Amino acid sequence: MAIELRGVSLRVGAQTHIHETTLALEPGQFNILLGTTLSGKTTLMRLMAGLEKPSAGEIWTGDENVTGMPVQKRSVAMVYQAFINYPSFSVYDNIASPLRVAGLPKPEIDRQVRRFAELLQLTPMLNRLPSELSGGQQQRTALARALVKGAELVLLDEPLANLDYKLREELRDELPKLFADTGATVVYATSEPLEALMLGGHTATLKEGRVVQFGPTSKIYRHPDTLESAEVFSDPPVNTASIAKRGNRAFLGEAISWELPDGVRDLPDGEYRIALRPHHLQPAGNGVEVEGEIQIAEISGSESIVRVNVAGNNWVSEAHGIHSYEYGQRAQFHFDPARCFYFDTAEKLIAT
Amino acid sequence: MARIEFKQVRHAYPPPPGQEPVYALKEVDQVWEDGGAYALLGPSGCGKTTLLNIISGLLTPSEGSILFDGEEVTRLPTVQRQIAQVFQFPVVYDTMTVYDNLAFPLRNRGIAEDRVRARVEEIATMLDLTERLRQRAAGLTADGKQKISLGRGLVREDVNAILFDEPLTVIDPHLKWQLRSKLKELHQQIGVTMIYVTHDQVEALTFADRVVVMYDGAVVQVGTPVELFNQPNHTFVGYFIGSPGMNVLPCELDQGRPVFHGLPVDTRHPASGDLGGKLEIGVRPEFVHFADRGIPVRIEKVEDLGRYQVVTALHESDTIKMVVGEDEQVPAENPQIAFDPEYTLIYHDDWVVGGQAS
Repeated sequence: MAIELRGVSLRVGAQTHIHETTLALEPGQFNILLGTTLSGKTTLMRLMAGLEKPSAGEIWTGDENVTGMPVQKRSVAMVYQAFINYPSFSVYDNIASPLRVAGLPKPEIDRQVRRFAELLQLTPMLNRLPSELSGGQQQRTALARALVKGAELVLLDEPLANLDYKLREELRDELPKLFADTGATVVYATSEPLEALMLGGHTATLKEGRVVQFGPTSKIYRHPDTLESAEVFSDPPVNTASIAKRGNRAFLGEAISWELPDGVRDLPDGEYRIALRPHHLQPAGNGVEVEGEIQIAEISGSESIVRVNVAGNNWVSEAHGIHSYEYGQRAQFHFDPARCFYFDTAEKLIAT
Repeated sequence: MARIEFKQVRHAYPPPPGQEPVYALKEVDQVWEDGGAYALLGPSGCGKTTLLNIISGLLTPSEGSILFDGEEVTRLPTVQRQIAQVFQFPVVYDTMTVYDNLAFPLRNRGIAEDRVRARVEEIATMLDLTERLRQRAAGLTADGKQKISLGRGLVREDVNAILFDEPLTVIDPHLKWQLRSKLKELHQQIGVTMIYVTHDQVEALTFADRVVVMYDGAVVQVGTPVELFNQPNHTFVGYFIGSPGMNVLPCELDQGRPVFHGLPVDTRHPASGDLGGKLEIGVRPEFVHFADRGIPVRIEKVEDLGRYQVVTALHESDTIKMVVGEDEQVPAENPQIAFDPEYTLIYHDDWVVGGQAS
């Protein structure tokens, strides 16, 4: 069932934790809340769950106004970053617990528990205690408990953050499949842009308690409305700089200049902001050449992430393969000016 | 400073009564060159912490010997090994100032106060802690405290090696790269042997000149980041390093050349003959591309990851992942794929055979 926030805000004392938010989340796909620590992801989820009451606005599920309805009366399941299971219950009893609370007959409970244990590859561990499981198995137990409930709204708050990255890779692949046929509205909070892209669906970029932009995930990535949205949806950070437009040309500092692409050329002369994704700044290639001092080259196996100071801006280049540099060395990088996002001084997107 | 050498080191924790010992660390022969930057990389339970504890002397191995600069230290306790350690969680005295925390390991060894001051100030400069020296450690954030822990590890000049055990666990993801870059810079400045334990490939490959990959109690490969990426010795290295990991596909051999479901696959690294046992082709998703003539596949999924796309293709029941450029089109009809012969390797019972990828 769809969930809708209508003009919801949350103030605690003099502080605004969530600014006025209107957001409609649909079932059948992942709805991702993307932002750094303290951007308001968890608070938004608590509002959706009914764990927190909004200071203003309404929350609707389907055509029912559920504002102020306590969490016990709602059809909600939540999975947290920390693996939360009943420590003295076996995996079987952990998964069965919501069904027992709901008073289901024993054979039905057994059928459901075994079905979801199978789906999450927990069948061999049903008799074990959570403390006898690996982190990934513990989190799968918590996920099975959320699934078995058959809740209409499933809230996943950075559920993979504490797992090592290979396991994360596998669960990211599995999760959308697990929820695909449940008809539930799934909301997934993450601080990692790559995770949002992998899970697809829709994404809301969040910053300081405000939804910056919401829409299909790859559209938000490719067409950020504002510089802020581009910044939230980029890790390593998107490269930004102020440029001066004079006629057909852009000037970054005095030494770097390029011909502006269509759509920007006709704007009045003056100051603009640009953003360039790290993978569009390459060690080799055509286009505008920039030179800078290397701060560090990080290597992730298949990619190199190089931090370089360009005309006073801390920029990042992300390139395939392994590129080694010495600290403090000067090196050249290239970018295609048509790949830049151009923003006005209010940081609203003008052209891509 | 020292060259550290492991000779036939094995370790088993005491087994439950009546059971055979299980080796947490299988035989390790390994040299850590003086002044090197090493990473010990592997999943939890692979034996990397056991290995680290054997270096530091917290653990005496069941078999084998450890030499520092040729001298046997196998049974020497930690205090006599001159090893500095930085742990996962900050170890600081909350009631002391940052200065006194950094000075502690030096004062403990009776070093003169003027020398202590010079050294503390030097380390504080390296770690950007100079302005905090008079503050109490209690008021600092988790990453501030971990910086002090790093400083305490680095402050002594008489150490044989500095060991780091997952030192960036508590650091906010957005600050991690700064400390990673700091550590690398510090290694270049002070040139002490550093051994860095982590399960995170980015941390390992960024920090280390040489990475020691561990799996199931054994060292499966020691190499530079480039070597581990281009020529994984073992299928585990291919899987664990790189994201998505290497494709590992069943094959047969025909005069040393791999055959995948009846289709010959081109490689620059054929086997010298036909072998028994488990045979597989290993090829990274980066080295699989669409071709006019090749292996016919069905496309199961295309993930738009922004800077590139990950395509999941199927041939028979085998899944092949490929990394495709962000602007590249995925063929709609009769897609076929091919592997780059330079980076197509054959694995026999999980170990690579044939030549080396350059």
